[in-house]
Amino acid sequence: MREFKGRIVTPGTVTAEAVVSHGGFNTLASLQKALQFGDKTVTVGDQNNPDLYGKSILGKALCLPQTIGSTTGGLVLYCACSMERIPACMLFANHIDSLAAAGAILADVWLDNVTMPVVDCLGDEFLEYVKDGMQITIKEDGVVVVE
Amino acid sequence: MMKLTDEQQAILDGAQGEVLAKVMKTLVMYGETFGAEKMVPVTSKYNHLVTSFGLKMLGPVYELMDKLIEAGAVSQQKFSVDPRPVDKNVPANFLQNLIFNKIMYSKQDFYEEQLNKLGLMEKDAFTCACYLDEVGNVPKKGEVLSWAESSAVVYANSVLGARCNRNSGIMDIMGSVVGYVPYFGLLTDEGRKATWVIRIETEKKPEAQLLGSAIGMKVMEDVPYVFGLDKWLGTELDEAACSYLKDFGAATASNGAVGLYHIDNLTPEAKELGEELIAQDANVYVIDDAELERVKNNYPIMWKDKDAKPKLCFMGCPHMSLEQLKTWTDRVEAGLKEAGNNKVVIPTVFTASKPVLREFEKTEYAERLKKTGVITSYICPLMYMNNPLCGKMPVITSSNKLRTYTTSRYYTDDEILVQITKGGK
Repeated sequence: MREFKGRIVTPGTVTAEAVVSHGGFNTLASLQKALQFGDKTVTVGDQNNPDLYGKSILGKALCLPQTIGSTTGGLVLYCACSMERIPACMLFANHIDSLAAAGAILADVWLDNVTMPVVDCLGDEFLEYVKDGMQITIKEDGVVVVE
Repeated sequence: MMKLTDEQQAILDGAQGEVLAKVMKTLVMYGETFGAEKMVPVTSKYNHLVTSFGLKMLGPVYELMDKLIEAGAVSQQKFSVDPRPVDKNVPANFLQNLIFNKIMYSKQDFYEEQLNKLGLMEKDAFTCACYLDEVGNVPKKGEVLSWAESSAVVYANSVLGARCNRNSGIMDIMGSVVGYVPYFGLLTDEGRKATWVIRIETEKKPEAQLLGSAIGMKVMEDVPYVFGLDKWLGTELDEAACSYLKDFGAATASNGAVGLYHIDNLTPEAKELGEELIAQDANVYVIDDAELERVKNNYPIMWKDKDAKPKLCFMGCPHMSLEQLKTWTDRVEAGLKEAGNNKVVIPTVFTASKPVLREFEKTEYAERLKKTGVITSYICPLMYMNNPLCGKMPVITSSNKLRTYTTSRYYTDDEILVQITKGGK
């Protein structure tokens, strides 16, 4: 068991199973299939992401360095939040990028009753340590427990 | 905490209504996440938005736009927007047309009406390459933008020297609704410094979208300073160099998350400041022909039958420039002549904005291109490809952006030319 201290971008506490992307998470490429064609399991469709391609991220603790790709990323994430086709939380090793931040903030300000805690700045060690299937808990102070 | 002016604070406190207060709150939270200490005015003439498509799945976006319209919180600037997703010129069978018009893009007319109310520049201002002269959304050096569309942002920052963060869709229009954006990242001098040095050591001119892909995948969201490309592009931003950088930048932005690059001796800030733009302890990435080959060979092929005969070829993601349409007319004609064919052997679509296509139609090239069988369209190939039917089609492209987001297969420009003019012969 290890603890990592990050920065809270959008608040909340949650416990979920980890799913890990070591490369950047391309939001549009990953989620478009899930949003457009009714894939309720939210299976990642990004062919360039060998860690996540074909895996469901619904209700999981998505661990990633940052998001990449199209600037529709934020609104895609916002729509995913609105449709509740989202991970339980997003945990960024790096400082959050502008697209993911936009999605998380838009959901926080404009949607009622949607909670997807986001923590960033968890460090490279976090991403080296965490593996698929580990249990993740986010505490109120932004501490992330991995076990 | 961000310091707001009295006017900005009043908006945040609701003096101009609840909706505008929420818009300001969104921008303030966005800025504070990145350590912004203030908001600065948007100074460009026009904005550019990324969301151009009336996709049924984007219902939550249209609801939000309705809230803005109902509250009178419309854009203070006119704007261009990314390409339309459907065009009857592009080959599609009955089922595809049904899926496009009745299922996927059934909200297109509704959304375009929303865009009109919010401040669309003019009815044909639909293109990702809004910065081309024919379209007329060309920001000046140093102007502050609230744009989205990754390929347009990276071009405006790098080639035009404007200042814009990689804003997301929705966030783009919010900046021009209140007229301010948070001051951080690529808006600041410090944020425009390069933390990567790229050394090009190829024996031949590197393929724009392959080089951009290699750099994007390596540096992710960082700013690269590229040495050795002036050897191939020259030291002036002529039409050919701008077309190259358009495609190069789109690949850095889609295969990674690059929002700004500097090309030694060529792009405006590199010409002005040179190596002063390189941060201390910058990382180094050397690219030779073998490295580009390695990157290309690592692209996954998403076709079910990897030996399938291509059914469609898309060129123009991002949209082609007038110079590219002319150059490619010459190339296709020469290729066909060499192969002994009269028309392209794979249905081929060249995409460009309506204003560029209108100018192209005025030249003698237009008739010549038509004779080769190549179709021109204002469509967004990415939007065309994003459905299960087209996704199963063996489509080829030399766009690394299209490859990244769809099942299309990447070939270099030279390889594409062989495919469309000679085929499997």
